[in-house]
Amino acid sequence: MDLKDLYHEIIVDHNRRPRNFRRIENPTRVSEGYNPLCGDKLKLYVVEKDGVIEDVAFEGSGCAISMASASLLTERLKGKPAEEAETLFGQMHDLLTGKGEDIDTEALGKLAALEGVKAYPSRVKCATLCWHTLHAALQGEDLATTE
Amino acid sequence: MSTAPEKLSESDSPLDLSAIRADFPILDQTVQDKALCYLDNAATAQKPRQVIDAVAEYYRRDNANIHRGVHTLAERATAAYESARERMADFINASATEELIFLRGTTEAINLVAQSWARPRLEPGDEILVTELDHHSNIVPWQLVCEQTGATLRAVEVNERGELDLESFEALISRRPRLFAVGHVSNALGTINPVKHLVERAHAFGVPVLVDGAQATPHMAVDVQALGCDFYAFSGHKMYGPTGIGALWSRKELLTEMPPCQGGGEMIKMVSIERSVWNDVPHKFEAGTPNIAGAIGLAAAADYMESIGLDAIGDWEHRLLEHATRRLSETPGVTLIGTAEQKAAVVSFVVDGVHPHDLGTILDSEGVAIRAGHHCAMPLMEKLGLPATARASMAFYNTLEEIDTLADALVRARELLA
Ligand SMILES: Cc1ncc(COP(=O)(O)O)c(C=O)c1O
Repeated sequence: MDLKDLYHEIIVDHNRRPRNFRRIENPTRVSEGYNPLCGDKLKLYVVEKDGVIEDVAFEGSGCAISMASASLLTERLKGKPAEEAETLFGQMHDLLTGKGEDIDTEALGKLAALEGVKAYPSRVKCATLCWHTLHAALQGEDLATTE
Repeated sequence: MSTAPEKLSESDSPLDLSAIRADFPILDQTVQDKALCYLDNAATAQKPRQVIDAVAEYYRRDNANIHRGVHTLAERATAAYESARERMADFINASATEELIFLRGTTEAINLVAQSWARPRLEPGDEILVTELDHHSNIVPWQLVCEQTGATLRAVEVNERGELDLESFEALISRRPRLFAVGHVSNALGTINPVKHLVERAHAFGVPVLVDGAQATPHMAVDVQALGCDFYAFSGHKMYGPTGIGALWSRKELLTEMPPCQGGGEMIKMVSIERSVWNDVPHKFEAGTPNIAGAIGLAAAADYMESIGLDAIGDWEHRLLEHATRRLSETPGVTLIGTAEQKAAVVSFVVDGVHPHDLGTILDSEGVAIRAGHHCAMPLMEKLGLPATARASMAFYNTLEEIDTLADALVRARELLA
């Protein structure tokens, strides 16, 4: 196994300089995610209007995989319909748990850089934490854990 | 990388390291195509052939249930189990063999004291005292019993070096808690607490003391009489023995007063539907068929450690600690967490720009096994303001070269992520 598959340069970059790493003052939805295994913690802010994610940002601390995954999520979803978030969540989940044969990784774009995580089962939750948290936010729940 | 080219020869070791390593079959393997470098001994230690063989031999030749058969195998198994008890009582210098109760491990031992000794005594307004350095298994059982009884749990503070703050201890012990429960050696930072002194002070206020010895018995000779404590708990798997076996030691008077926690076979003298008569100590606390093979394996681990010599083990582990402390503090971006004056061979650290969990994965790809996380000491991590640390914990079979491998791998981890 090559570590570079896990720590793809996109992941290293997003961990060093997370995008949309900030607080949103008046979010329409907010949720906190916690991964008890690693202690990864993040808070996701969403401004949703008429079914569209107008703004999305996060704060928190965690390993490179969880930080980069959250950063990539915000970059990808800003300005997109909320429905797309749910579809992507399902695709990311399949990709990371190795059930992603049918997934069009090209359509996933930069998110596909996380694919290397599937070879490290203990780290999958690090990558999915932000997706669980977004899902909880969109459902109107204020807490998500990977347990 | 190291600048001072100290000669890293294993011939400096008072131990015959290559012979010792040959006793641990698991060490001789590659992980991810690299030689395994096992530095997660505080989580669980590896087992020498002598322990593995003792367990296998028991199952091959002597396996039978104990204390109730009259046939030859039952007698052999009973004798082996009871001689393991004698061996372990002697290992911690208990004054009587029956003062040693075989249990699953430290966790079960502490829960037994919480439920059987503390619970009937506690009332609302009473206090139990622990410390911020403690492992969850020396915190949560006390929380449970406090909830059950309305008592309050308090904790001695730690200072920035990871030592107990003795002023905080004095202030809290003078409130006369019903019990003081303290770790002998911290698994998260390696701090060795001044247990003898703490016990003297606690006793001056009439407070009994439980010592969590899970991280002490692997590294040093423990003498419960010299420590003066009232309860001592430890786990077999941390001291080169099997998992699922450990012990609680206490003085006979205390154990005799305590009601059993679990009912079943073995722990009774007589049963009728109306009432039962408890068996004598220690059997009163060993309901059901115990971990016979585990006890035998644990005794073999004690024999093995003593054949090497606890002083020699301590000396070599101290060299390993010094070397690890020096190499890691010289590595750019590495900060050691826990710099107590008295430490066991544990180094906790953080690396600038590399989260401990990424470090764990990256080091694994170099064959190096360490632990990353909160080390079951979340209150301590909270106090230190850290979500997690990386921890390398050494055993006497580790070499200076393995520590160099760790230090070099940390440099590469920073190149990759920082
Ligand atoms: C200091 C300390 N106390 C208690 C325990 C719990 O031991 P066990 O899991 O063997 O019951 C551990 C082990 O993780 C420990 O390090």
